[in-house]
Amino acid sequence: MALVYAGVCSHAPGITGRADQADPDVRDGLYAAFHRMREDIEASGAEALIVVAAEHFANFFMDNMPSFAIGLADFYDGPIEDAQWLGIDKFCAPGNRDLSQRIIVEVMQTSDVAYAEEWKFDHGIAVPLHFLTPSFDMPIIPANINCQGPPLTPLHRSWAFGESLRRAADAVPEKIAIVGTGGISHWPATPDSGKINEAWDRDFLDRWCRNDRDALLAYDDLTVYADAGQGGFEIRTFICISAAAAGAPGTVHFCEPIPIFAVSCTIASYDL
Amino acid sequence: MSLYYVQKFLYQLNRDEALQEQYDADRRGVLTGYELTDEEVEALVAPDIGLLFHLGVNGQILMHFAALHQIEWTDYLQRMGDGIAKHGPVREGVYAMTGYEGVGEA
Repeated sequence: MALVYAGVCSHAPGITGRADQADPDVRDGLYAAFHRMREDIEASGAEALIVVAAEHFANFFMDNMPSFAIGLADFYDGPIEDAQWLGIDKFCAPGNRDLSQRIIVEVMQTSDVAYAEEWKFDHGIAVPLHFLTPSFDMPIIPANINCQGPPLTPLHRSWAFGESLRRAADAVPEKIAIVGTGGISHWPATPDSGKINEAWDRDFLDRWCRNDRDALLAYDDLTVYADAGQGGFEIRTFICISAAAAGAPGTVHFCEPIPIFAVSCTIASYDL
Repeated sequence: MSLYYVQKFLYQLNRDEALQEQYDADRRGVLTGYELTDEEVEALVAPDIGLLFHLGVNGQILMHFAALHQIEWTDYLQRMGDGIAKHGPVREGVYAMTGYEGVGEA
């Protein structure tokens, strides 16, 4: 039918796993923004949620690393992490194999994408779902962009993937929501975890809200690494959503650095 | 050294509960079949988080491994920093490729 919602959110494992170590006021503001995102998705009438993730070696490894992948299953287990460490119990999230297949076939017309009949969610999807579909009552279609194992997916191909997803979402009769998950500047899982480049984040989100294709694709990985850490490579998921929004303007609903969560925690959406 | 196989073992361990049980029962035994140096085997058996980070294991893979061992977050970060202090800059992998030395500077 149409894409009815497009947004982005953070997925840092600390958001659920180290919740008690953050400033309660800032943390609760983030949680409230997540809840509003859930309400907005529900209000859109979405019948399925595509999550564009930057997974962290939960399913894909350097023996056969796809630039893009989409799940093709009726159920997805998660999280792969220790449940107590992540603060999220083991779950089985619903998928929709038939819808996935129709999405994948359409995406394949313009983007080379791998499909996966098995997919285990890590925190990159589990944390967003913890807030966005806490009852696991909406079918999930996981998608992934290689943001972790170089050679990484080029930014302009991430944009093209977003365009392909938009065409696919508009081609199926169901109402589709799409959410990209990732960090902006951060140095996750390194001794520098907690370092955040707020100025860089603000500049990136300004480009994102303007949905400025040229400005978003002007980054290069070495500069991103220097200014925004290896976690900055995950901007691919945000850029993908920009393309899916097809020029719509964006709004940042929440963006605050939370060092114990290792990132500027962000909730933003496009006005489709 | 064989960073690829160190990471491949950890990738498989992190997502496979059956392999985790085997690792718990016989840490050294589950490593047969992977092309690893003695240094790498000892780091995986110990586990030596600092040495693994120095060897170049991606922090996203190492983080899940540390969680498996119930290593608390700040302790995990400290162990990586101690590994760099003891062994020197990251030898290989994404951090070495991009000049990362784990010294807390942009």
